[in-house]
Amino acid sequence: MAPVAPRSGDAIFANVERVNAELFTLTYGAIVRQLLTDLEEVEEVNKQLDQMGYNIGVRLVDEFLAKSNVSRCVDFKETAEVIAKVGFKMFLGVTASVSNWDAEGTTCSIILEDNPLVDFVELPDTCQGLYYCNILSGVIRGALEMVSMKTEVTWLRDMLRGDDAFELQVKLLKQVPEEYPYKDDE
Amino acid sequence: MKQYINVLDRPLSKGKQEVSLSGFAFLFSELVQYNQTQVDNIAELERRLEDAGYAVGARILELLCHREKGNRRETRLLGILSFMHSTVWKALFGKVADSLEKGTEHEDEYMISEKELLLNRFISIPKDMGAFNCGAFVAGIVRGVLDNAGFPAVVSAHFVPVEGQQRPRTTILIKFAEEVLQREARLG
Repeated sequence: MAPVAPRSGDAIFANVERVNAELFTLTYGAIVRQLLTDLEEVEEVNKQLDQMGYNIGVRLVDEFLAKSNVSRCVDFKETAEVIAKVGFKMFLGVTASVSNWDAEGTTCSIILEDNPLVDFVELPDTCQGLYYCNILSGVIRGALEMVSMKTEVTWLRDMLRGDDAFELQVKLLKQVPEEYPYKDDE
Repeated sequence: MKQYINVLDRPLSKGKQEVSLSGFAFLFSELVQYNQTQVDNIAELERRLEDAGYAVGARILELLCHREKGNRRETRLLGILSFMHSTVWKALFGKVADSLEKGTEHEDEYMISEKELLLNRFISIPKDMGAFNCGAFVAGIVRGVLDNAGFPAVVSAHFVPVEGQQRPRTTILIKFAEEVLQREARLG
Protein backbone atom coordinates (compact mmCIF):
# COMPACT_ATOMS: atom_id res chain seq x y z
CA MET A 1 0.00 0.00 0.00
CA ALA A 2 1.46 3.35 -0.93
CA PRO A 3 2.24 5.51 2.11
CA VAL A 4 -0.12 8.42 2.64
CA ALA A 5 1.52 11.72 1.79
CA PRO A 6 1.90 14.19 4.67
CA ARG A 7 -0.93 16.70 4.75
CA SER A 8 -0.43 20.40 4.94
CA GLY A 9 -1.31 22.25 8.13
CA ASP A 10 -4.27 23.96 6.50
CA ALA A 11 -5.77 20.72 5.28
CA ILE A 12 -5.54 19.11 8.70
CA PHE A 13 -6.91 22.15 10.46
CA ALA A 14 -9.88 22.15 8.12
CA ASN A 15 -10.54 18.54 9.04
CA VAL A 16 -10.27 18.66 12.82
CA GLU A 17 -13.10 19.82 14.99
CA ARG A 18 -12.66 23.41 15.96
CA VAL A 19 -13.77 25.57 18.80
CA ASN A 20 -13.99 29.33 19.17
CA ALA A 21 -10.59 30.84 19.87
CA GLU A 22 -12.07 33.23 22.41
CA LEU A 23 -13.15 30.42 24.69
CA PHE A 24 -9.60 29.12 24.45
CA THR A 25 -8.08 32.53 25.14
CA LEU A 26 -10.33 33.23 28.11
CA THR A 27 -9.79 29.76 29.59
CA TYR A 28 -6.03 30.21 29.34
CA GLY A 29 -6.39 33.58 31.01
CA ALA A 30 -8.36 31.98 33.82
CA ILE A 31 -5.59 29.41 34.28
CA VAL A 32 -2.86 32.05 34.48
CA ARG A 33 -4.94 34.08 36.92
CA GLN A 34 -5.50 31.06 39.15
CA LEU A 35 -1.79 30.31 39.14
CA LEU A 36 -0.93 33.89 40.00
CA THR A 37 -3.35 33.87 42.92
CA ASP A 38 -2.11 30.52 44.23
CA LEU A 39 1.60 30.82 43.66
CA GLU A 40 2.09 34.59 43.82
CA GLU A 41 5.74 34.42 42.70
CA VAL A 42 6.05 35.14 38.99
CA GLU A 43 8.96 32.71 38.64
CA GLU A 44 6.89 29.91 40.16
CA VAL A 45 4.07 30.65 37.76
CA ASN A 46 6.48 30.52 34.82
CA LYS A 47 7.72 27.13 35.99
CA GLN A 48 4.22 25.79 36.54
CA LEU A 49 3.09 26.95 33.09
CA ASP A 50 6.10 25.24 31.57
CA GLN A 51 5.29 22.05 33.47
CA MET A 52 1.67 22.13 32.33
CA GLY A 53 2.85 22.67 28.79
CA TYR A 54 5.20 19.74 29.12
CA ASN A 55 2.34 17.47 30.22
CA ILE A 56 0.28 18.64 27.27
CA GLY A 57 3.14 18.26 24.81
CA VAL A 58 3.78 14.68 25.82
CA ARG A 59 0.25 13.69 24.78
CA LEU A 60 -0.16 16.20 22.00
CA VAL A 61 2.65 14.72 19.96
CA ASP A 62 0.72 11.43 19.59
CA GLU A 63 -2.24 13.21 18.13
CA PHE A 64 0.01 15.28 15.95
CA LEU A 65 1.78 12.27 14.49
CA ALA A 66 -1.49 10.44 13.98
CA LYS A 67 -3.28 13.24 12.18
CA SER A 68 -0.50 14.73 10.14
CA ASN A 69 1.10 11.64 8.62
CA VAL A 70 4.52 13.26 8.53
CA SER A 71 7.35 10.92 7.80
CA ARG A 72 10.39 10.77 10.04
CA CYS A 73 12.21 14.09 9.95
CA VAL A 74 15.69 13.80 8.51
CA ASP A 75 17.26 16.49 10.64
CA PHE A 76 16.45 19.13 13.20
CA LYS A 77 15.85 21.74 10.50
CA GLU A 78 13.00 19.73 9.12
CA THR A 79 11.65 19.15 12.62
CA ALA A 80 11.49 22.85 13.30
CA GLU A 81 9.78 23.54 9.98
CA VAL A 82 7.20 20.87 10.64
CA ILE A 83 6.46 22.23 14.12
CA ALA A 84 6.05 25.75 12.82
CA LYS A 85 4.04 25.03 9.70
CA VAL A 86 1.99 21.97 10.60
CA GLY A 87 1.97 21.77 14.38
CA PHE A 88 1.04 25.32 15.23
CA LYS A 89 -1.51 25.46 12.43
CA MET A 90 -3.13 22.23 13.47
CA PHE A 91 -3.68 23.15 17.09
CA LEU A 92 -3.72 26.90 17.29
CA GLY A 93 -4.83 27.78 13.79
CA VAL A 94 -1.90 30.10 13.19
CA THR A 95 1.29 29.58 11.21
CA ALA A 96 4.69 30.32 12.60
CA SER A 97 7.94 30.82 10.76
CA VAL A 98 11.42 29.53 11.41
CA SER A 99 14.57 31.60 11.17
CA ASN A 100 17.92 32.41 12.76
CA TRP A 101 19.59 29.09 12.27
CA ASP A 102 23.00 28.85 13.86
CA ALA A 103 26.02 27.36 12.13
CA GLU A 104 25.58 23.82 13.42
CA GLY A 105 21.86 23.70 12.77
CA THR A 106 20.96 22.96 16.37
CA THR A 107 19.38 26.23 17.38
CA CYS A 108 16.63 28.14 15.66
CA SER A 109 13.92 30.65 16.34
CA ILE A 110 10.24 30.07 15.81
CA ILE A 111 8.42 33.32 15.26
CA LEU A 112 4.71 33.85 15.83
CA GLU A 113 3.04 36.97 14.56
CA ASP A 114 -0.41 36.01 15.67
CA ASN A 115 -1.02 34.29 18.97
CA PRO A 116 -4.53 33.33 20.09
CA LEU A 117 -3.36 32.97 23.70
CA VAL A 118 -2.77 36.68 24.14
CA ASP A 119 -5.89 38.28 22.70
CA PHE A 120 -7.17 40.95 25.08
CA VAL A 121 -4.16 40.55 27.40
CA GLU A 122 -2.05 43.24 28.97
CA LEU A 123 0.61 42.57 31.59
CA PRO A 124 0.25 44.73 34.70
CA ASP A 125 3.31 46.28 36.31
CA THR A 126 3.31 43.73 39.10
CA CYS A 127 3.80 40.84 36.69
CA GLN A 128 6.51 42.13 34.43
CA GLY A 129 8.62 39.01 34.81
CA LEU A 130 5.82 36.74 33.68
CA TYR A 131 6.19 34.76 30.47
CA TYR A 132 2.49 34.64 29.73
CA CYS A 133 2.81 32.09 26.93
CA ASN A 134 5.23 29.86 28.73
CA ILE A 135 2.86 26.96 28.22
CA LEU A 136 3.94 26.94 24.57
CA SER A 137 7.57 26.41 25.42
CA GLY A 138 6.58 23.47 27.64
CA VAL A 139 4.46 21.98 24.88
CA ILE A 140 7.32 22.06 22.38
CA ARG A 141 9.78 20.67 24.91
CA GLY A 142 7.43 17.85 25.91
CA ALA A 143 6.52 16.94 22.38
CA LEU A 144 10.13 16.82 21.19
CA GLU A 145 11.20 14.80 24.19
CA MET A 146 8.70 12.12 23.22
CA VAL A 147 10.39 11.83 19.86
CA SER A 148 13.81 11.44 21.43
CA MET A 149 15.07 14.99 21.26
CA LYS A 150 16.09 16.81 24.39
CA THR A 151 15.66 20.53 23.85
CA GLU A 152 15.76 23.79 25.67
CA VAL A 153 13.13 26.36 24.77
CA THR A 154 13.37 29.99 25.78
CA TRP A 155 11.61 33.22 24.91
CA LEU A 156 13.54 35.84 22.99
CA ARG A 157 10.79 38.27 22.13
CA ASP A 158 7.45 38.73 23.79
CA MET A 159 4.75 41.04 22.45
CA LEU A 160 3.30 41.52 25.91
CA ARG A 161 6.57 43.10 26.95
CA GLY A 162 6.59 45.53 24.07
CA ASP A 163 8.29 43.58 21.28
CA ASP A 164 6.75 43.23 17.86
CA ALA A 165 6.37 39.46 17.70
CA PHE A 166 6.70 36.30 19.75
CA GLU A 167 10.02 34.56 19.28
CA LEU A 168 10.88 31.22 20.79
CA GLN A 169 14.40 29.91 20.69
CA VAL A 170 14.57 26.13 20.38
CA LYS A 171 17.93 24.58 21.08
CA LEU A 172 18.59 20.92 20.49
CA LEU A 173 20.64 19.60 23.39
CA LYS A 174 20.92 16.00 22.35
CA GLN A 175 19.25 13.23 20.44
CA VAL A 176 18.44 10.41 22.79
CA PRO A 177 18.51 7.09 20.95
CA GLU A 178 15.31 5.17 21.43
CA GLU A 179 15.71 2.41 23.93
CA TYR A 180 14.08 -0.86 23.16
CA PRO A 181 12.05 -1.63 26.25
CA TYR A 182 12.19 -5.40 26.04
CA LYS A 183 15.24 -7.61 26.10
CA ASP A 184 15.50 -9.69 22.96
CA ASP A 185 16.58 -12.88 24.58
CA GLU A 186 13.81 -13.13 27.17
CA MET B 1 12.58 50.77 20.31
CA LYS B 2 9.84 49.16 22.32
CA GLN B 3 6.27 49.78 21.31
CA TYR B 4 3.84 49.57 24.16
CA ILE B 5 0.55 49.11 22.44
CA ASN B 6 -2.31 49.77 24.78
CA VAL B 7 -4.51 46.72 24.54
CA LEU B 8 -7.61 48.95 24.51
CA ASP B 9 -6.45 50.72 21.37
CA ARG B 10 -6.15 47.56 19.35
CA PRO B 11 -9.09 46.72 17.08
CA LEU B 12 -11.44 44.10 18.47
CA SER B 13 -11.32 40.80 16.62
CA LYS B 14 -14.47 39.60 14.87
CA GLY B 15 -14.58 36.46 16.91
CA LYS B 16 -14.27 34.15 13.95
CA GLN B 17 -10.85 32.78 14.74
CA GLU B 18 -10.74 29.16 15.77
CA VAL B 19 -8.42 26.72 17.44
CA SER B 20 -8.58 22.97 17.39
CA LEU B 21 -10.94 21.26 19.80
CA SER B 22 -8.17 18.96 20.94
CA GLY B 23 -5.97 21.94 21.80
CA PHE B 24 -8.75 23.29 23.98
CA ALA B 25 -9.39 19.87 25.49
CA PHE B 26 -5.72 19.52 26.44
CA LEU B 27 -5.74 22.96 28.04
CA PHE B 28 -8.91 22.26 30.00
CA SER B 29 -7.57 18.93 31.19
CA GLU B 30 -4.47 20.67 32.54
CA LEU B 31 -6.71 23.16 34.35
CA VAL B 32 -8.60 20.34 36.03
CA GLN B 33 -5.45 18.37 36.83
CA TYR B 34 -3.74 21.40 38.36
CA ASN B 35 -6.78 22.11 40.52
CA GLN B 36 -6.92 18.51 41.67
CA THR B 37 -3.49 18.96 43.22
CA GLN B 38 -4.66 22.04 45.10
CA VAL B 39 -7.74 20.65 46.82
CA ASP B 40 -8.74 17.80 49.11
CA ASN B 41 -12.33 17.20 48.16
CA ILE B 42 -14.74 17.39 45.28
CA ALA B 43 -16.71 20.39 46.50
CA GLU B 44 -13.53 22.48 46.58
CA LEU B 45 -12.60 21.29 43.09
CA GLU B 46 -16.01 22.26 41.75
CA ARG B 47 -15.77 25.63 43.41
CA ARG B 48 -12.37 26.33 41.89
CA LEU B 49 -13.54 25.35 38.43
CA GLU B 50 -16.56 27.56 38.91
CA ASP B 51 -14.38 30.48 39.93
CA ALA B 52 -12.27 30.02 36.83
CA GLY B 53 -15.43 29.97 34.74
CA TYR B 54 -16.77 33.07 36.49
CA ALA B 55 -13.89 35.13 35.17
CA VAL B 56 -14.52 33.84 31.64
CA GLY B 57 -18.22 34.66 31.93
CA ALA B 58 -17.63 38.22 33.09
CA ARG B 59 -15.39 38.91 30.13
CA ILE B 60 -17.49 37.19 27.52
CA LEU B 61 -20.47 39.31 28.61
CA GLU B 62 -18.58 42.54 28.02
CA LEU B 63 -17.21 41.32 24.72
CA LEU B 64 -20.52 40.11 23.34
CA CYS B 65 -22.52 43.11 24.51
CA HIS B 66 -20.08 45.40 22.80
CA ARG B 67 -19.67 43.43 19.63
CA GLU B 68 -23.04 41.85 18.98
CA LYS B 69 -25.58 43.94 20.77
CA GLY B 70 -24.21 47.42 20.21
CA ASN B 71 -23.54 48.05 23.89
CA ARG B 72 -27.04 47.25 25.03
CA ARG B 73 -27.51 44.85 27.88
CA GLU B 74 -30.62 42.89 28.68
CA THR B 75 -32.55 44.07 31.71
CA ARG B 76 -35.36 41.53 31.78
CA LEU B 77 -35.09 38.00 33.07
CA LEU B 78 -36.29 36.24 29.93
CA GLY B 79 -34.11 38.53 27.87
CA ILE B 80 -30.94 37.61 29.68
CA LEU B 81 -31.83 33.93 29.64
CA SER B 82 -32.37 33.88 25.93
CA PHE B 83 -29.18 35.93 25.45
CA MET B 84 -27.38 33.23 27.43
CA HIS B 85 -29.00 30.36 25.61
CA SER B 86 -28.38 31.64 22.11
CA THR B 87 -25.74 34.36 21.86
CA VAL B 88 -23.36 33.25 24.59
CA TRP B 89 -23.65 29.56 23.78
CA LYS B 90 -23.24 30.24 20.09
CA ALA B 91 -20.14 32.35 20.66
CA LEU B 92 -18.48 29.89 23.01
CA PHE B 93 -19.59 26.50 21.74
CA GLY B 94 -20.64 27.17 18.17
CA LYS B 95 -24.29 26.24 18.63
CA VAL B 96 -27.27 27.35 20.68
CA ALA B 97 -27.96 25.38 23.85
CA ASP B 98 -30.16 22.35 23.44
CA SER B 99 -32.95 23.59 25.64
CA LEU B 100 -34.03 26.23 28.10
CA GLU B 101 -36.71 25.32 30.63
CA LYS B 102 -38.40 26.89 33.56
CA GLY B 103 -38.30 24.86 36.74
CA THR B 104 -41.65 23.46 37.78
CA GLU B 105 -41.06 23.29 41.50
CA HIS B 106 -39.70 26.75 42.19
CA GLU B 107 -40.41 30.12 40.65
CA ASP B 108 -36.78 31.14 40.62
CA GLU B 109 -35.27 28.11 38.91
CA TYR B 110 -34.37 27.76 35.25
CA MET B 111 -32.47 25.05 33.46
CA ILE B 112 -30.29 25.08 30.39
CA SER B 113 -29.62 21.59 29.08
CA GLU B 114 -27.07 20.23 26.72
CA LYS B 115 -26.91 16.69 25.41
CA GLU B 116 -23.14 16.59 25.59
CA LEU B 117 -21.16 19.56 26.85
CA LEU B 118 -18.19 20.33 24.66
CA LEU B 119 -16.01 20.32 27.74
CA ASN B 120 -17.07 16.89 28.89
CA ARG B 121 -16.52 15.23 25.54
CA PHE B 122 -13.14 13.76 26.36
CA ILE B 123 -13.61 13.47 30.09
CA SER B 124 -14.68 10.41 32.03
CA ILE B 125 -15.33 10.70 35.74
CA PRO B 126 -13.91 7.89 37.89
CA LYS B 127 -16.45 6.21 40.17
CA ASP B 128 -14.86 7.47 43.36
CA MET B 129 -15.52 11.07 42.36
CA GLY B 130 -19.23 10.49 42.51
CA ALA B 131 -21.30 13.31 41.17
CA PHE B 132 -18.47 15.58 40.12
CA ASN B 133 -19.07 17.33 36.82
CA CYS B 134 -16.53 19.37 34.91
CA GLY B 135 -19.53 21.30 33.71
CA ALA B 136 -18.90 23.30 36.89
CA PHE B 137 -16.69 25.40 34.63
CA VAL B 138 -19.67 26.18 32.39
CA ALA B 139 -21.81 26.81 35.46
CA GLY B 140 -19.19 29.35 36.46
CA ILE B 141 -19.34 31.00 33.04
CA VAL B 142 -23.13 31.29 33.32
CA ARG B 143 -22.85 32.70 36.83
CA GLY B 144 -20.25 35.20 35.64
CA VAL B 145 -22.48 36.43 32.85
CA LEU B 146 -25.58 36.67 35.03
CA ASP B 147 -23.83 38.30 37.96
CA ASN B 148 -22.21 40.98 35.85
CA ALA B 149 -25.44 41.63 34.01
CA GLY B 150 -27.14 42.38 37.30
CA PHE B 151 -28.93 39.06 37.87
CA PRO B 152 -27.24 37.42 40.84
CA ALA B 153 -27.85 33.69 40.89
CA VAL B 154 -26.57 30.38 42.18
CA VAL B 155 -25.62 28.16 39.28
CA SER B 156 -24.69 24.50 39.33
CA ALA B 157 -24.14 21.72 36.84
CA HIS B 158 -25.76 18.29 37.08
CA PHE B 159 -25.80 15.07 35.16
CA VAL B 160 -29.28 13.89 34.28
CA PRO B 161 -29.51 10.35 32.95
CA VAL B 162 -31.61 10.10 29.84
CA GLU B 163 -33.40 7.03 28.54
CA GLY B 164 -31.88 5.52 25.50
CA GLN B 165 -28.71 7.59 25.70
CA GLN B 166 -25.49 6.14 26.93
CA ARG B 167 -24.06 9.31 28.44
CA PRO B 168 -26.23 11.42 30.71
CA ARG B 169 -27.15 14.87 29.57
CA THR B 170 -25.86 17.88 31.45
CA THR B 171 -28.20 20.41 33.00
CA ILE B 172 -27.11 23.80 34.23
CA LEU B 173 -29.44 24.77 37.05
CA ILE B 174 -29.87 28.49 37.61
CA LYS B 175 -31.48 29.70 40.81
CA PHE B 176 -32.01 33.44 40.80
CA ALA B 177 -31.68 35.54 43.94
CA GLU B 178 -34.74 36.98 45.64
CA GLU B 179 -34.01 40.55 44.50
CA VAL B 180 -34.07 39.52 40.84
CA LEU B 181 -37.59 38.14 41.11
CA GLN B 182 -38.79 41.16 43.05
CA ARG B 183 -37.37 43.45 40.43
CA GLU B 184 -38.98 41.40 37.65
CA ALA B 185 -42.33 41.64 39.40
CA ARG B 186 -41.97 45.41 39.78
CA LEU B 187 -41.11 45.86 36.13
CA GLY B 188 -44.25 43.97 35.24
